[in-house]
Amino acid sequence: MTDTAVPLTTKKDWSSDQEVRWCPGCGDYSILTAVQMLMPDLGVKRENTVFVSGIGCSSRFPYYMNTYGMHSIHGRAPAIASGLAVARPDLDVWVITGDGDGLSIGGNHLIHALRRNVNLTILLFNNQIYGLTKGQYSPTSEVGKITKSTPFGSVDRPFNPVSLALGAEATFVARTHDLDRKHMMETFRRAHDHRGGAFVEIYQNCNVFNDGAFDPILARDNRSDNLVPLVHGQPVRFGKEDQLGVTLDDQGRAQVVQVADVGEDALLVHDETRDDPGLAFQLSRLARGPFEPTPMGVFRAVERPDYGTAIGDQLVASHARQGPGDLQALLASGSTWTV
Amino acid sequence: MSDTIEERSTNKLEQVVIRFAGDSGDGMQLTGDRFTESSAMFGNDLATLPNFPAEIRAPAGTLAGVSAFQVHISDHDILTPGDAPSVLIAMNPAALRSELHDLTAGGTLIVNSDAFDERNLAKAGYSTNPLTDGSLSDYSVYEVPMTSITLEATKPTGARPRDAERSKNFFALGIVSWMYTRPVEDTVAWIEQRFAKNALVRDANLLAFKAGFNFGETAEIFPPAYRVLPAPLTKGNYTNISGNTALAWGLVAAGQLAKLPVFLASYPITPASDILHELSKHKNFGVRTMQAEDEIAAVGAALGASFGGHLGVTTTSGPGVDLKSETIGLAISMELPLLVIDIQRGGPSTGLPTKTEQADLLLAMYGRHGESPLPIVASKTPSDCFFAAIEAVRLAVKYRTPVILLSDGYLGNGTEPWRMPDVSQLPDISVPFASEPNGAEGEFLPYLRDPETLARPWAVPGTPGLEHRLGGIEKEDVSGNINYEPANHEHMVQLRAAKIAGIARDIPLVELDDPDGDAEVLVLGWGSTEGTIIAAVRRLRESGCKVAQAHLTHLNPFPSNLGDVLRRYPKILVPEMNLGQLSRLVRAEYLVDAKTYSKVQGLPFRIDELEAAIGALLDD
Repeated sequence: MTDTAVPLTTKKDWSSDQEVRWCPGCGDYSILTAVQMLMPDLGVKRENTVFVSGIGCSSRFPYYMNTYGMHSIHGRAPAIASGLAVARPDLDVWVITGDGDGLSIGGNHLIHALRRNVNLTILLFNNQIYGLTKGQYSPTSEVGKITKSTPFGSVDRPFNPVSLALGAEATFVARTHDLDRKHMMETFRRAHDHRGGAFVEIYQNCNVFNDGAFDPILARDNRSDNLVPLVHGQPVRFGKEDQLGVTLDDQGRAQVVQVADVGEDALLVHDETRDDPGLAFQLSRLARGPFEPTPMGVFRAVERPDYGTAIGDQLVASHARQGPGDLQALLASGSTWTV
Repeated sequence: MSDTIEERSTNKLEQVVIRFAGDSGDGMQLTGDRFTESSAMFGNDLATLPNFPAEIRAPAGTLAGVSAFQVHISDHDILTPGDAPSVLIAMNPAALRSELHDLTAGGTLIVNSDAFDERNLAKAGYSTNPLTDGSLSDYSVYEVPMTSITLEATKPTGARPRDAERSKNFFALGIVSWMYTRPVEDTVAWIEQRFAKNALVRDANLLAFKAGFNFGETAEIFPPAYRVLPAPLTKGNYTNISGNTALAWGLVAAGQLAKLPVFLASYPITPASDILHELSKHKNFGVRTMQAEDEIAAVGAALGASFGGHLGVTTTSGPGVDLKSETIGLAISMELPLLVIDIQRGGPSTGLPTKTEQADLLLAMYGRHGESPLPIVASKTPSDCFFAAIEAVRLAVKYRTPVILLSDGYLGNGTEPWRMPDVSQLPDISVPFASEPNGAEGEFLPYLRDPETLARPWAVPGTPGLEHRLGGIEKEDVSGNINYEPANHEHMVQLRAAKIAGIARDIPLVELDDPDGDAEVLVLGWGSTEGTIIAAVRRLRESGCKVAQAHLTHLNPFPSNLGDVLRRYPKILVPEMNLGQLSRLVRAEYLVDAKTYSKVQGLPFRIDELEAAIGALLDD
């Protein structure tokens, strides 16, 4: 807990000695690599870093990090991590979760951790399927999904994780995907450096139960027309020749347009620091699912006091006002008498 | 008002049990609290029993909305709030109808006669007015027009009648304070302070209180005032304390004694919320409190804080324990300290939120999947909650285990005078964190155990070289790595069980109270029934019966001498506010013929009930 210089480390220092046991070809491998490669660059110490996960394929993640870690129970990682982060604001606490863990059984904890702005870096691996239980549909699966538990197609509508996080007024919300290590590392770095609750949705391929779910936007040939990069301060545009862009229609909805039709000046300029999450929310609704032009990058990054620091500040203020706690005086703080 | 107690002609009483009853909105709990406080300051021994509905404001004037507060004051050591009141203050017909059946024959009944109009009588289900139909002839009835005198007395404040009327509880308090010669100065000062922000209300309450006191003195309808002299309590400094406050302070103390910052995460639930409220005030002790989004998050956050080296605590009642079970199991598997406090209430489901019960013992014992033992500690009196909290924390940190502390609504809301301990005499319960690798090759082995306690090292994030991963998947002994081997699992199940069972060596023996050593019946209790059991046993002994008595504060593991104690007696009676949970446990554990005496009415046992039950077994 002493604050000395951060030793130089490599990816290997951050990798535990445990054999990684995801299915061959799983997107989780590339996410793990991105995180392990990023850690030496963050200027943090292994002993001050904690990975907390719930249950699911992605939640095995902490076993593979040579840091402190906890593989907890289904859906509860944000709650457990909140307690840790509030008790120990000096730590870097990461939450690893998935679409089932974070949005189904643990949805309540996720939205409240974000609402409170607990200092957590939350990585949600979204593969739109339950992998560990072998292939049931998840709360991000598209309507009509045929799975073992929905042989006639699912009938319930999915969550859009980025919309949900923005609705909870998360102070940092981003999306990245498992095929672009550089983009992942940059996104994770920003999420880590953000003080408060940072939420990153990662499109992640489950090659066993939902292979190719994100191909409509992530396959090489599709990226230019369907992957919309969000760059702070820049007009939102994409396409092989940057011929496409995003504007707001007369109802205030984000829409894809031909730049030639509207002119460059009409394009929406992305501002991740806007206090109001409304515009970021519109961008999150641009695609009805990962088969239409889908924004990638940081949707929102605003500064707010984080929950643990605010609680710590109350302790300090109370100490300054009342002095250190005197237990004997506390016992005698009501009416007392002597016999 | 200037009379001193000595000057007045008074009748001495050894003790009295008084019950205030009125509408939920009538301020009966406040009135009872205030009377209790002034009796405590006066030096009486006392015990209280608040009894109120779950509805915040049930329809006015109805039976459902009756709120009552019973206080037992005495010039000698007492153990319970009293079986039955000998004085009942009824603010309306519903309160009379709901509470009269408990009033002792010949008891004193003081009613607000203004409230006995046709409408209120009908609401309470009276077809005739009990004040005039002769049905109260067994009691000494004092009809006092409390509402109209209060309105008259508070006129100088200019308060509107609707507001002024609300001071009538202070008028009632004034009458009772006069009747039992309570010192008035404390109450006057208290009203001045409590209502300092609202001069109108303050003045109205003061005028009503004084009017009530003066009414008692001058109306000449009451017998001379009574005196209940101070009780010869052990010398020392006293305060009047409720179980929930004692528990909250016990947690503050335990944090200091364990040298750990207290981290409380809770979700509001009756009757446990007061602990969250109390601890939220004491941030200067370094206490962090978090009102979580639900019961599961509360226990999760507490466990996360424990992982970080804090004293993780969550407070709840039965329904919350149901929800926390999975996380408690995780804490058992990860072998981290965690304190789960259950202020038991009537169940199942929502049950009786504001009423007491002891029916969560088997839940605490077995309410998790898999083999998942944990220590259980139960508090036995309101002030004992302070020490029970320290003991529960001691076990949690020493053995790196979740501990369930069982209190109940009766203890939580009930109060008693407490001789405050000298905190410098409280034990050091701190344990060191792991600071160095413990493996032969310089590695850290998170499941390498202390050979004596079987506790594993508690290594907190921030400690270089001890990075490790915990989780709910079965772990390999010593290394803590994931392990699914059959033999390892059995070994770990046995180790976890042995660790908890071994705590029996580290807790006090059960104390047997059998003066001549030849009693035929042993009464075995646990938790909040102690006072009533001892009182009943005392009475039986006074009438020449031989009865032994023992009381448990550790429910898992049991004290190591419990089997020997039980086997000495041919007859064992276990009074419990459930259908026989402790008796089932001791029968299974020790093969003894323990009989259950059960009560599940949301109310504590009465002394006479227990006396009769024990007597019946003696005669059996």
